[in-house]
Amino acid sequence: MSNDPIHQFHINRLVPLEVGNLDLSFTNSSLFMLATVAAGAGFMILASGGRGLVPGRAQSVAELLYEFVAKTLRDAAGQSGMVFFPFVFSLFGFVLLANLFGMFPYFFTVTSHIIITGVLALLVISVVLVVGLAKHGVKFFKLFVPDGVPAMLLPLVVPIEVISFISRPVSLSVRLFANMLAGHITLKVFAGFIVSMSAVGIGGIVGAILPMIMTVALTALEFLVVFLQAYVFALLTCMYLNDALHPSH
Amino acid sequence: MATEAAHGVGEAAHGASAAFPPFDPSTFASQIFWLVISFALFYYLMSKVALPRLAQILEGRQDRIATDLAEAERLKAETDEAIAAYEQALAEARERAGSIARTTRETVNAEIEAERHAAEKDLSAKLADADGRIASIRDKAMADVSSVAAEAAVAAVQAVAGIKITKGEAEKAVAAA
Repeated sequence: MSNDPIHQFHINRLVPLEVGNLDLSFTNSSLFMLATVAAGAGFMILASGGRGLVPGRAQSVAELLYEFVAKTLRDAAGQSGMVFFPFVFSLFGFVLLANLFGMFPYFFTVTSHIIITGVLALLVISVVLVVGLAKHGVKFFKLFVPDGVPAMLLPLVVPIEVISFISRPVSLSVRLFANMLAGHITLKVFAGFIVSMSAVGIGGIVGAILPMIMTVALTALEFLVVFLQAYVFALLTCMYLNDALHPSH
Repeated sequence: MATEAAHGVGEAAHGASAAFPPFDPSTFASQIFWLVISFALFYYLMSKVALPRLAQILEGRQDRIATDLAEAERLKAETDEAIAAYEQALAEARERAGSIARTTRETVNAEIEAERHAAEKDLSAKLADADGRIASIRDKAMADVSSVAAEAAVAAVQAVAGIKITKGEAEKAVAAA
């Protein structure tokens, strides 16, 4: 059981809750989502509570995060994109913390489920569509007609642009989900090697040093991936929001 | 296989198939439901509490730095002004000191000149006086010398020639000699 690399992704019902024929049970996934929210919101609110002119340690981190996300958004979508700042910040914070929570042994990784990343990606695309259509109306569809393309090529280019737009939520969600899933499976597999090899005997214990080194290195790599994927998710969100604000490239 | 072992208590309670968990649709509804709750809560707390506070803190700091810089600028201008005023006062004082020295020197020079003039006048008066006295003394002495010579001539003539001449003749002869 402990060696099954898939076991960590199982969803276990903690408090059964059925509405109609929908299963809305409170599960380990729900628990970690709420823990993510509690940790993230708790930290941000406590850190900004002092309102110090000279920031303390926690406030510095909170300000750093704030300015990091603000810069990312401003660079991608301009000053007008700052209306989406709370949205982008929440996405970045939620994904980052959910990823980080997954790095604790025995913790559930919320973002390793495609439905979670899928809903977040759909949320991003919905916001892009709603804001784009509300702001620009039909002109929003100029997004699919790049400037300076000869009319002859348009029948070819427009479908490509449409397909690329539709594939955005797919790539956005699959990228995050697959990174989390694969990373955790790889970690688990190598960690499992240590256990099964050391069970063989003294030679196995010596041999287990290799997967041990691998596990340590992979853990470091996973931490990088955790930050990187949260950043990529936020950055792509910013770029898609830029399309909603300025559809004509 | 381990897959069988993976059917833990929770898994059994879920009654799910042995499908790969991330692709198990029976858990989707619950995950979406709780994700919406969690993310909505997180978004609300971020947008209504944490981020406005941070924006306020950062803005406050920006303002504070700007006002501090302006204040420093103002103080620097004031200092420059004070330095200029000081330098001007210094130059004025120097000039005044120079003019005082000059006028003093001039008055002192004039006084010296006047005193010198007075002293010179005094001296020349005394000189003239002395010259007059010397002249009168000389005249008197010359007169005395003439009368002594006449008397000597009278006596000499009487003794040598036995001629008795008057003093008047002798005096005439002395004067002629």
